[in-house]
Amino acid sequence: MSIKAKDLLSIDDISTEEIAVIMQNAKSMKQILQRDIKKVPTLRGKSVINLFYENSTRTRTSFELAGKYMGADVVNISAGTSSVKKGESMRDTARTIDHMSADVIIMRHHESGAHKILAESVNARVINAGDGKHEHPTQALLDAFTVLEHKETVEGLKIAIIGDILHSRVARSDVLIFNKLGADVWFCAPPTLMPSKASELGATITYSLEEALQDADIVITLRLQLERQDSGFFPSIREYTNFYGLNTKNIKWARPDCLILHPGPMNRGIEISYEAAELPNAVINEQVNNGVAIRMALLYIMGGGRSGDTV
Amino acid sequence: MILFKNARVIDPVTQTDQILDIRTENHSIIETGTDLEAQNSNTIVDLTGKILTTGFIDLHVHLREPGEEYKEDVESGSKAASSGGFTGLCPMPNTKPVCDNDTLAEMLVIKGQRVGLVDIYPVGAITKNQEGKELAEFGMMKRVGARALSDDGKDVTNTLVMRRALDYAKAFHMPIFAHCEDKYLAGSGAMNEGYYSSKLGLSGIPREAENIMIGRNIMLAGLTNGHMHISHLSTKNGLELIRQAKKDGIKVSCEVAPHHFMLTDSCIENYDTNYKVNPPLRTQEDVKALIMGLADGTVDAIATDHAPHDTEDKDTDFSNAAFGISGLETVVALTLDGLYHQGKISMMRFAELLSSGPRSVLGLAPQSIEPGQKADFTIIDPELIKVVDKNRFYSKGKNSPFHGMSLKGWPYMTVKDGKIVMKEGVILE
Ligand SMILES: [Zn+2]
Repeated sequence: MSIKAKDLLSIDDISTEEIAVIMQNAKSMKQILQRDIKKVPTLRGKSVINLFYENSTRTRTSFELAGKYMGADVVNISAGTSSVKKGESMRDTARTIDHMSADVIIMRHHESGAHKILAESVNARVINAGDGKHEHPTQALLDAFTVLEHKETVEGLKIAIIGDILHSRVARSDVLIFNKLGADVWFCAPPTLMPSKASELGATITYSLEEALQDADIVITLRLQLERQDSGFFPSIREYTNFYGLNTKNIKWARPDCLILHPGPMNRGIEISYEAAELPNAVINEQVNNGVAIRMALLYIMGGGRSGDTV
Repeated sequence: MILFKNARVIDPVTQTDQILDIRTENHSIIETGTDLEAQNSNTIVDLTGKILTTGFIDLHVHLREPGEEYKEDVESGSKAASSGGFTGLCPMPNTKPVCDNDTLAEMLVIKGQRVGLVDIYPVGAITKNQEGKELAEFGMMKRVGARALSDDGKDVTNTLVMRRALDYAKAFHMPIFAHCEDKYLAGSGAMNEGYYSSKLGLSGIPREAENIMIGRNIMLAGLTNGHMHISHLSTKNGLELIRQAKKDGIKVSCEVAPHHFMLTDSCIENYDTNYKVNPPLRTQEDVKALIMGLADGTVDAIATDHAPHDTEDKDTDFSNAAFGISGLETVVALTLDGLYHQGKISMMRFAELLSSGPRSVLGLAPQSIEPGQKADFTIIDPELIKVVDKNRFYSKGKNSPFHGMSLKGWPYMTVKDGKIVMKEGVILE
C-alpha cells in the first residue's frame, strides 16, 4: 500500500483510507521507537534530503531522525549555508538536488505554495514540512495520530483550534484532516487573526474562548508569534493572554477528558499557562515523539519501502 | 417606596403611550397600572401633565477628567447631565492622559458611582494615546465597563488601523465611534466652507471632509462586519450614505447633536465663538436633511457632544477660539422645542432618540417601564416655557450659543435607581 499522489503537499493530497494506512504504519514505527535499538534497515540505500528555507530545528530533527532510524542517508541543506540563498532559483536548486538522485525531498519554505515549483521540477517525492501560511501536513498527521492514541475515533469530537489562525499552516492542515475524519472543528482567534471567510475552510468560527472551549474534546493552542503585536494585529501580550490564553481555569469549560495539544515551541505564560501545559491531559511531549513515528511511516510509504513489508 | 401618579408613560421598547401609575421600591419598578392605591410607606408624586420615559443616555460627552478639571469633572458633568434629564452618559477618551486603558476607564466608572447621579459608560480610545497607530486594550477596558471605542477629536487616519479596530472590536461586541474628518481636507478651517465663510473671511471646512471619511468608515464596516457608529453627523450627504448603508445591511449607526439640527453657519455672522464647533454648523439644506433623518429612523440617537470650555478658550478671535458647545443642559429643551413642538417628530420618537436608541448603540439590554425593570426615569414637562440661562448651568462650561433663548419643554425630574435626584432642574443633595 502506498500513497497515490507523488507528493504530500497538502492533506488534500491523501484520502481517508491513505490516512488510515499512515496511522497504522506509524503505530508500528512507534513500537520500534520504544525498542532499545531503534534502527531498521528498510530504507537502506535510499537518500532523503532535508531542504529548509526557514529555520526549524524541531521539524528538521524529527525528519532527520526518522530517516536515520530507517537506515536512509539523510542530507540537510539549509538555505542559510548553501548556494540556494545566492539568487539560485527554486527550479535550479530542485534540478541540482534531483540530479543527486534523491528519493525523497522534505522541504520547509517561508512562502505559501513554494512546494509546487519544487514538486514539478523533481522526480523525487516531495513532502511538505511547512509552506508559508498554507499547510503543514505532517503536523496534522501527527496531531491526528496523537488524538487517536487517546480516543477510539475522531468522529464527532469537538476540536477547538485556538490562536493565530490567520498565519497558521498548522490550523489549515488540521482543519482538513480532522474534517476528513469526521470531527467538529472550531477556530477561535481575535478577529484580527482570523482569515477572511474562515468558515468556508470548514470550521465553526468564534471570537470567544469560552464558546470554543465549551464541551471541547480536543484543544489545540497555536504558538503566538510575538512580532504580530508590532504589526498591529492585537494590542498587547497581556490582553492576548487574558482573552485567548489557555489556563487551568478556562480549560474547565472543556470536557474533563479533553486533550491539550500544541505544535510547539510553546510560549509558556502566553498562549498557554505553565500549569495548563503540565496537566495530565496535555499531550504536548507525546506529540514530539509521535512526530518521529509519523515521519518514519511517511518515509517508509513514500520512500519505496516494499509494499507488504512488515517492519 | 415611591408612587408616581398619572404620568403619561412613553416607552419605546414596549411602544406604550398611556397614562399610568408606577410604584417603585429600592432600585426597581414593582408595579404599574391605573389607579394604584397608595400604601402607608409610599411617597406620592403627582405627574399629571408630565411625561415619563426610561432614563436618557448621552452617547457623546467630554467630561474633561482627568487633566482639565477646570473645564469640567465627573461631578460637575454628572450634575449637568442629571439636571438635563440624563441617567447615563459616555465620556470621550480625549482627556489628559488619554483614556486608553482599563485603569483610567475604571476610575471614571467608580467616580461616577461615587457621585451617584448617572451611570458612566466610558468610551475607550481606539489607539494607544490616540496616536492612530497601535490598538488599545479593548478587552481589558470592556471588562471594567467601557462600552465603545473612539479616537474622538480626530479620525483614525490610517485605514488599515481603522480596519483592524473594527475587526478587533467584534470580539468584545463594542461599537467604534468615528469622528469623521479628513484632517488634510479640513485643514485649519474654523467654520463650514460656503457663502458665510467667504463673506466673513474665515477658513472653511468643506462638508466633503466629513463625507469622505463617513464613506470610508462605512466601507470598512462592510468589509469587517464590525459596528461603525458615526458621531456628530452634520451633513446631508453623510446622512444619505448612512441611509444607503443601512439598506445594504451594513452595521452602521449614527447620532446627531442638537446644534446641528437647530443652527446654521449663518449664525456666525457676528463672529460669536460660542457657535464654533466641530463638525461646524452647516447650511439650511443640511439641517432639513438631518431633521428628516431624525424623523424617519435613519438617525439612531441624539447626542450632545457636550464640550465645556472655560472663558479663556472662547474669549478670543474666531479662528483661534476652541471648538465646542456645552450641551447637556439644553438638549432636551432644544429637541422638544425645535422638533416635537414643530411637529417634526412624535413624543415616542423623541424618547427613542434619547433612551432606547443610545442603549441599543451601546449594546445595553433594552429597558422598559415594566415591573422588575430598573427605576431610571426621565420625566418631562412638555409645556414649560423657560429661558436658557448659562449662569445656572451645573456644567463648568458656560459656552452655549443658546443662552437667552426661550424654549418650550424641559426636564422636570430625573429618577436614578429609584431615587428622585433632580427636580425642576435642581439637583437634590
Ligand atoms: Zn468628535
